Amino acid sequence: MSTTLAPDLAPQADVARQLGPDWLLPVREAALAEFSRIGWPTTRNEDWHYTNPSAIAEGKFVLAAPDERATGERRTPTGTAAHGVTVAHLAPYTFGQDWPLMVFVNGRFAPMLSRLGALQAGVRVTPLAEAMREDRDFLEARLGTVARFDEHAFTALNTAFMTEGAVIHVAKNVEVAEPLHLVFIADEQAEGTISHPRVIIAAEPNAKVTVIESWGAVGTPRHVSNVVTEVDVASGATVTHLKMQRESAAAFHVGTVQVNQAKDSHFVQFTFQSGAQLMRSNIYTHLNGPGCGSTLNGLVLADGTQHLDTQTRIEHVAPRCYSRELYKGVLDGEGHGVFNGKVYVHPEAQQTDGKQENHTILLSDRAQIDTKPQLEIFADDVKCTHGATVGRLDQAAEFYMKSRGISAEHARRLLVYAFAADVLETIENEVVRTGLEALVLERFAGVVV
Amino acid sequence: MLKIDNLTASVGGTQILNGISLTVNAGEVHAIMGPNGSGKSTLAQVLAGHPAYEVTGGTVTFQGADLLDMDPEVRAQHGVFLAFQYPIEIPGVTNAYFLRAAYNEIRKAKGLDEVDPMDFLDLMSDRLKLVEMDEAMLQRSVNAGFSGGEKKRNEILQMAVLDPTLAILDETDSGLDIDALRIVAHGVNALKKPTNATIVVTHYQRLLNHIVPDHVHVLAAGRIIKSGGKELALELEARGYDWVLEEAGLATGAHA
Ligand SMILES: Nc1ncnc2c1ncn2[C@@H]1O[C@H](COP(=O)(O)OP(=O)(O)OP(=O)(O)O)[C@@H](O)[C@H]1O
Ligand SMILES: [Mg+2]
Repeated sequence: MSTTLAPDLAPQADVARQLGPDWLLPVREAALAEFSRIGWPTTRNEDWHYTNPSAIAEGKFVLAAPDERATGERRTPTGTAAHGVTVAHLAPYTFGQDWPLMVFVNGRFAPMLSRLGALQAGVRVTPLAEAMREDRDFLEARLGTVARFDEHAFTALNTAFMTEGAVIHVAKNVEVAEPLHLVFIADEQAEGTISHPRVIIAAEPNAKVTVIESWGAVGTPRHVSNVVTEVDVASGATVTHLKMQRESAAAFHVGTVQVNQAKDSHFVQFTFQSGAQLMRSNIYTHLNGPGCGSTLNGLVLADGTQHLDTQTRIEHVAPRCYSRELYKGVLDGEGHGVFNGKVYVHPEAQQTDGKQENHTILLSDRAQIDTKPQLEIFADDVKCTHGATVGRLDQAAEFYMKSRGISAEHARRLLVYAFAADVLETIENEVVRTGLEALVLERFAGVVV
Repeated sequence: MLKIDNLTASVGGTQILNGISLTVNAGEVHAIMGPNGSGKSTLAQVLAGHPAYEVTGGTVTFQGADLLDMDPEVRAQHGVFLAFQYPIEIPGVTNAYFLRAAYNEIRKAKGLDEVDPMDFLDLMSDRLKLVEMDEAMLQRSVNAGFSGGEKKRNEILQMAVLDPTLAILDETDSGLDIDALRIVAHGVNALKKPTNATIVVTHYQRLLNHIVPDHVHVLAAGRIIKSGGKELALELEARGYDWVLEEAGLATGAHA
C-alpha cells in the first residue's frame, strides 16, 4: 500500500483510517483535522523563518509501507538481514556494546536484528505496533498526552500515520543499568518514502534511565524521517536522552522531542546532528513541577549544502526549576545552521534559573548561521542568561600547531575537536562520549584551507 | 646549516626587515639582541613561516633547501623549531595529544612509523625531567591557564621532545624566575649537539651566562648592525645600545 503525501490530504486520510487500531482512530482523525487546518509550515511562519520544508511537502514521499513483513527480515547464510541491512551495517552505530537494542529498518521494527532478551526487572521495552495491539490501556493513557499536535504540523502528521516505534516504561524506583538503544537505519529501499516513528518514554517516580536514539543509513537514500519522541518524567525521575542523527546525506529528518517534567525530575539530553540534507530538531520541555530541570546540549556539524535547524522551547511553568542549554555548531562548505532557543518563564515560575549558550564556528566563507535567543519572562525573581557567538578557527592556534610539524589538515581537525570538546564532555556515558569524539575528529578530515 | 641573505619582509604593508644576512653553522649558538620593536620576533616568525609576514626579498637556505618555499609544517618537519615569545593557548587539546601528534607527523614526514605509545610515554617522562616539569602538565590543555613561566618552560619541553636541528628561542628567558632560567638553560644546553644549532633572542646577558653564544648580533631597524663574540653581549649590558646605533648611523633613542 502506498500513497503520496501531497498538500491535499484527502486520499491520505483514508490510508490513516485503515492503519488501526480502532481505538486510535479518533486520535488520528483529530490529528488529520489539525494538519488540514494548519497545513505545511512555510517560511512565513515565525518558527520556520529560516527553514523551508517545501522539499518535504512537495517531494511526493510515499508512506513507508505499513505491512508487517515489509522489511522482509530473514536469516541469511551470513546472518540476519532486514531489507539490505545486516548486523554488520549496524556496527557504526552500536559502539561495540551489547546494550538492549531495538532496530528499525526503513521505519519498520526488525525483531531479528534487535536484542531485547534480558531486560532488567521493572523495565518494559515494547515495539509500538505490538503495544498498540496488546497494551491499549497503557498507550491510551499516554499516547499524545505529552506530544501535542495542535500547532505542530509534523507532530500532527506523525500522530495520524504512526504505526512503528518504541514504548519504554520504567517502574517506580528502578534505575536501569544499561542504556536502551534504538537504532533507525534506512537503506536504498527507503528511497522516496516517509516514515513516522513514535517513541514513548515513561519514567515513573524516582526511576532512572538512559535512552539512545541513533539514526543512520546504508547508502544515501532520499527519504523523510518524521519522528516524535515523547517523554514523561515523573517526580524525582531522571531521563537521559542521547540522540545521534547521522542520516543519509540525501535524507530529510524532522525530529520532535517533547518532554513533561514533574517535581524534582531531571531531563538530560544530548543531540548530535551531522546527517541529512535538511534537519529540523524541535525540543520542547515543560518544567511542570517545582525543583525540576532540563539540560539540553548539542553539537551540530554541517558541510556541503546541509541545512540543520535546532529549535528549543523550554517552558518554566513551576517555581525553582533550572534549564541549561549549550549548543555548538561547526559549519563548513555552504552548510547552514539555525538555532532558535525560546525560554518562557510563566508568572508562577519564581526563582527560575536559566542559562542558554549557542556557539558556532564557520570553517568557510559560504557557511551560515542564524541564531536567535528568545527569552520571555513573566516572573520577577528569575535568573536567566543567554549568549551567542560566531567565530572562525583560531588562526594563531593553527599556525602554532603547524610550527610544530602538524599538518594543516590535522591542525584544523584538532581545532574543531577542541571547539567541540567542552560540550562533548557533558555526556556522562563514556562510551558514547568517546565515540562522538572520534566522529568529530574524522568528520572534517577532508577539509583544506 | 642556515644562510639568510639580504632578507626583507613586511607585515600589514609596513616593511620591518630591511635586509638581514646571517649564517649559522651546525654546532653554533647565536644570540640576537636589539631594542624593542627592532624586528627580532619578526625574523623569528618569518623563519617559522607565519602567514601574516610577507617576504619581499632575499633568500633563506636551510640545509641546502629553500626554506621560504616550505609550508610552516614542512619547515618543522625539516627540523626548524621556534619557541614563541608569546606561546599560544589551545583549550581542548591536551599537551600530551599535541606533543604526540607533532612527534608522529615529524616521524611520518621522515618516512618513519608512528611511535609506540608506551615508548612515547618513556620519552615524555625523560624530557619532563629535563625541564623539571610536573607530569600533570601533560593532561592539561596546551598552555591554557599556564603561568607566563610555565608557558616558556612548556616551549622548551616541546623542543626537548621534537629535538630540532635549528631551534630559535624568542625571549624564552623573559618571565622566568631565577631557578626556572637555570633549568631552561640547562635543558637547552643538554640538547646541544654538534649537528644542531640554536638562535637565542634575548634582552639579557644573564641568559647568555648559561647558554654561551659563539656569536652575538645586534638587530636594529630591521638590520643586523653589529656582530661580535660573547663579549659583545657584556659590552651591551654595560653600555646600552646607543653607541652601536650611532656607529651604524642610526639616530639614537629611536627604538624602531
Ligand atoms: N601586524 C603588524 N602590523 C604593523 N606593524 C607590526 C605588526 N606586527 C609587528 N609590527 C611592528 O614590527 C616591528 C617589529 O616587531 P617585532 O615584534 O619583530 O620586534 P622585536 O624586536 O621582537 O621587539 P621586542 O623586543 O619588543 O620583542 C614593531 O615596530 C611592531 O610594532
Ligand atoms: Mg620580540
